[in-house]
Amino acid sequence: MNLISRPSKENLKSYLPVGITLFSLSFVDVFVNAFFNYNLLGFFPSQISYFSPLIFGFIGLYLIRIEFSGIRFLDILNRNINSNNFNALLTLLTVFIIIKSIPPLLNWFILDANFLGNSKDDCTGDGACWVFIKVWFNRFMYGLYPDAEQWRINTAFLILFIIVGVSFFVSAKLKKYFILFLVFVYPFLGIELISGGSFGLKYVETAAWGGLSLTFIISAFAILFCFPIGVFLALGRRSSLPAIRYVSIGFIELWRGVPLITVLFMSAVMFPMFLPDGTFIDKLIRVLIAITLFEAAYMAEVVRGGLQALPKGQYEAARSLGMGYWKMNLLIILPQALKLVIPGIANTLLALVKDTPLIFVVGLMELAGMIGLAKTNPKWLGMAMEGYVFAGLVFWIICYAMSRYSQNLEKKLSTER
Amino acid sequence: MIFKKFSIENKKARDLIPQAITVLALLSVIIYFATNAQINMGNRGISFGFGFLNQEASFDITFSMIEYDGSHSYGRAFLVGLLNTILVSAIGIFFATIAGVIVGVSRLSDNYLIAKVAEWYVEIFRNIPLILQIFFWYFAALRALPLPENGINFNDISFLTIKGWYVPKFIWTNFNIFLLSVIAAFVAIYFINSYATKQREQFGKQLPTATISLSTLILLPLITFLFLGVSLTFEYPVLKQLSPTVYTYEGGVSIIPELIALALALSMYTATFIAENVRAGILGVSKGQKEAAASIGLTKNQILKLVVMPQALRIIIPPTTNQYLNLTKNSSLAAAIAYPDIVLVFAGTALMQTGRAIEIISITMLTYLTLSISISIFMNWYNKKMAIKEK
Repeated sequence: MNLISRPSKENLKSYLPVGITLFSLSFVDVFVNAFFNYNLLGFFPSQISYFSPLIFGFIGLYLIRIEFSGIRFLDILNRNINSNNFNALLTLLTVFIIIKSIPPLLNWFILDANFLGNSKDDCTGDGACWVFIKVWFNRFMYGLYPDAEQWRINTAFLILFIIVGVSFFVSAKLKKYFILFLVFVYPFLGIELISGGSFGLKYVETAAWGGLSLTFIISAFAILFCFPIGVFLALGRRSSLPAIRYVSIGFIELWRGVPLITVLFMSAVMFPMFLPDGTFIDKLIRVLIAITLFEAAYMAEVVRGGLQALPKGQYEAARSLGMGYWKMNLLIILPQALKLVIPGIANTLLALVKDTPLIFVVGLMELAGMIGLAKTNPKWLGMAMEGYVFAGLVFWIICYAMSRYSQNLEKKLSTER
Repeated sequence: MIFKKFSIENKKARDLIPQAITVLALLSVIIYFATNAQINMGNRGISFGFGFLNQEASFDITFSMIEYDGSHSYGRAFLVGLLNTILVSAIGIFFATIAGVIVGVSRLSDNYLIAKVAEWYVEIFRNIPLILQIFFWYFAALRALPLPENGINFNDISFLTIKGWYVPKFIWTNFNIFLLSVIAAFVAIYFINSYATKQREQFGKQLPTATISLSTLILLPLITFLFLGVSLTFEYPVLKQLSPTVYTYEGGVSIIPELIALALALSMYTATFIAENVRAGILGVSKGQKEAAASIGLTKNQILKLVVMPQALRIIIPPTTNQYLNLTKNSSLAAAIAYPDIVLVFAGTALMQTGRAIEIISITMLTYLTLSISISIFMNWYNKKMAIKEK
């Protein structure tokens, strides 16, 4: 019965209950303090009371740190969160901070938040005013697009989802036609539907487009165009023809060397100077060109990484079969190279989606821009927190889903070598 | 013979055609744009040139590290913007590196909770657009801070308020002597280290370089304080009443909220990428290396210093340099919250006043381009240097 010996299997019976009690006490103390605002250990002097959960928890964890105790759960616990004093301290701090931060977050997001009503005056609680999001939701999704015409955006996206959804379930041969339709026909159909002007649809100028749907439109078109351009630039950079190689290098390095915001500035103020007087190119198209070229340069570098990673034997084998440059690249090299760089391609596309809010510099307003507009509305002042938390959540879901999808794709396409 | 020379079977001719087409297309686009630009500028009565840089700017900049007011030139305004860009980038790089290393190492921690928290930090901050994070800090979080009269008080030394963060100002006497001593300390440390490396490689002697370096770094500047007349005093910010309801702080240095929001968002965002680099670097050192080092009798610290870190750093540094470059380019988002960086001051205000779109956008882009290219030259040099060491 040596009480000051190190915790081990021999004295497990006396140490374990004490350790668990102390650990639980500290845990319950923080929990009660955070959720019910009551200090269990308040009878201690205030200086000690503040640190008491930490001290108790630390001693408790020390006492239950018994190697090879024979109790499975205890072993797993010790190995993962309690392997030494430093880890025990980190564990306690992490757990306490998480417990402490739950109530205020919960209060702000749900318990004290306001969900009902139609104006700022209905927000009486201390928490978030989700009424703001509810009232402006339409604007956040569609921008200044006329209410009566919004079905057109919905239809366009619905068609897209249906095609993509159906293409998952059809045979590989049919799938090819679906993809061809998606790449070569659908974009023009969708744009026609959204912008209107023919087939009896009312024309909606691009300045009225906005909100989350604009984010999707810009991302979709930029992805569509930047991918082939990027592949061509990558091939150009690895070409044996000096003129083509240097033009490609120059192009890629120029775009990669400057921030997107200056490129957008350029498309807004400098590009019109380069066109004949009186020519007018729509703002949205100029922005699309700028973003596409910008991201294409990044895409080119990613693809080049894949091209360089391929063993030389692949090129030589293709050549020895009598294939020409294009046949070799399209049938042998690119399929393998692109598969190698799926994570890189996904990251570039992700960066593209994350870059779309920057179009505010030319006066187009997608989700973040619309929130900026809404929060400066005199009737809705002071709603910045709600707006940006909402936008952050929306973007996070999109980007997280994309990165997860790319990880799955990578696993699915990886072939053992 | 002569027909063969120009026929499609001749490789030289075949190679020449696509190149000629590319060059011609590029030239014609450039010429087309240049002619249009000349006509357009002629119509507006401006001629191409950089003379405007010497003209009086006549606009104010809210935050400047060098002396500047409206009477200075556009060139000076450009310099102010450039310095502000460099300032926020340097702050961002500093904190992003610290946070990135901590998070990256935490992700590999054998403590499950710490590893999970670090993983979620990365997943959350990497997947939210940087501009939204900047907006969040600037328009939402920092706007919730108290007014100057109720500012958050750090021991009467520093105050955090809605108008910015007021910190003490350092007042040096003989600052250049102090600076020289720090530089001298670093030079000395460099020589000590190379001497120690020589000793280790030739005779197998271990010198306590860390202790010697640290004491040199502390002792040399300390000597300047004691004997060479260097001294340091602080000027603390003091609350001052301007009118019955308006308060402000006097003295000290005011760090504007735009700078805080931008530096915070940039470093938290970039830290996620640096953390991933650090993780990949440490994972990239094979276990056999550590085991081999342990088996020849190196201590735990020696393994980390001599075996793991040199190999991990070789993997970590190139992509991290790229992240630093990204951070610097991302600092241009300052324009969204009106932090006076080069884009806002020069490509924004100066462009609106002068209307010289081509010159100003070119200068701005060239500045960033110079920065990028010099960093990539450095990176190529570094990669080459590292590659030679690999046997």
